[in-house]
Amino acid sequence: MTIPLEIINLSKTYNTKEAVRNISFKVNENEIIGILGPNGCGKTTTIGMILGLLKPTKGKVLIDGIEIEKQRVELLNKLNFISPYIELPKKLTVKQNLEVYGRLYDVKELAIKIDYLSEKLRLNEFINKITGELSSGQKNRVSLAKSIINDPSVLLLDEPTASLDPETGDFVRSFLEEYQKERKTSILLASHNMAEVERLCSSVLMMNKGSIIDQGTPGELIKKHGRRNMEEVFLKLTRDLI
Amino acid sequence: MYGLFLRHFYLIKSSLPRVLDLIYWPTIQIILWGFISKFFSIYSDYYNNTLGIILTCAILYDILFRSSISFNMLFLEEIWSRNFTNLFIAPLKLKEIIISLIFTALIRTLIGLVPAIILTSPLFGVSILKLGFPLFILFLSLYIFGITLGLFVSSGLMRYGPSFENIAWSSLFLLAPLGCIYYPIEILPEFFQVIAKGLPLVYIFDETRNILINGLVDYENIKQAYLLNLVYLIFGIGLFYLSFLRARIKGTLINMGE
Repeated sequence: MTIPLEIINLSKTYNTKEAVRNISFKVNENEIIGILGPNGCGKTTTIGMILGLLKPTKGKVLIDGIEIEKQRVELLNKLNFISPYIELPKKLTVKQNLEVYGRLYDVKELAIKIDYLSEKLRLNEFINKITGELSSGQKNRVSLAKSIINDPSVLLLDEPTASLDPETGDFVRSFLEEYQKERKTSILLASHNMAEVERLCSSVLMMNKGSIIDQGTPGELIKKHGRRNMEEVFLKLTRDLI
Repeated sequence: MYGLFLRHFYLIKSSLPRVLDLIYWPTIQIILWGFISKFFSIYSDYYNNTLGIILTCAILYDILFRSSISFNMLFLEEIWSRNFTNLFIAPLKLKEIIISLIFTALIRTLIGLVPAIILTSPLFGVSILKLGFPLFILFLSLYIFGITLGLFVSSGLMRYGPSFENIAWSSLFLLAPLGCIYYPIEILPEFFQVIAKGLPLVYIFDETRNILINGLVDYENIKQAYLLNLVYLIFGIGLFYLSFLRARIKGTLINMGE
């Protein structure tokens, strides 16, 4: 069986700065892997290389066993991404945005798909509203809908609940749990919310200065470092390396 | 009040492109109007139908302007709305992006130009349609060159990020004096004439004046314009692909919306 996402000896250097250093990991089907680390540790660069936005200096990104550099456009059909740093066109309505992305990803039976996403993500009440006029919680749910409109086999989540109120954050986490169980999607989650990581991830990669410095299940890491939770593990690992 | 002044002063002081931008526009305007004035002071009896020729050339120049700006705007709007990354992680080939931008830019250009063309007839008694079938050939040539300029600027935006935005606005105005829109090439100093001969604009506007004044079509001018268009278009497409590759190496695509 092929592995949905496999990273082999991946490195990225900008001029002389090594942003990612020789990292390897894989995300199996129906698995959520957390990728943690302080700002500038290489998480976004890693995600950029997986999405084909960045050309690796060394190493490989394999999607279903095929190297992204060799079939970038074809493999992008199997991926999708959500980040608080990117948005959907503000002047379009929610429905128009979903129609645009549905067509870009060549989604079959798009109207049914939009209805399904509207129902599941509670978009119905503002589906015909202008996206730029929505609250950040509503925008986040629309971006989430866009990120799963093509039923990706690999979903990349960059701080999916950043700046959300606790209720909306919990709703998004519950949705992701249910969605992943239903579709058996492979998810790579970059987050600074340690409680979220403990709840969602079966395994965690700790990154610092471009390298993976530790990995394991949240339980294993907590036990190994003699801490009470992932927040304390995070602080210990990052402060030890300063 | 002083605080607000400082806020903008610091911005200008720390950015050479902003200072150059402030200098650029008046300089280009003065050069353009200087050449126009020079032409009319030497050849005041050159045109029998001055208004018609000037307005027709202005509308034709606007085809170039609108098509290029439309192409750039489509690209810039993705950056401004922070949607750029979403677009480049969608399964779209570069050629599909280029083709969709070309057709959308055409629609935007026509929406902007048709009312202006309609208005010139009742207001000034000038109709660009008098050019007849050659109008289509001239329109297409200007549109191709406008799209090509759009490709150049979009390549810069992709490679250097939003800081390249000012170039998007200023590139066309740089071509206005060199393109010989309102006067023949002989008005330019010799050094500028050499550069101008490398632009399809010179041949397009020379031919427009030729048709309006003499009522004849010189296909040699049109052939020359299309030949240059083809060369620039191939170069523009190549540059767009190269910039995409460079942007993937430098990391511009991932930071574009942030």
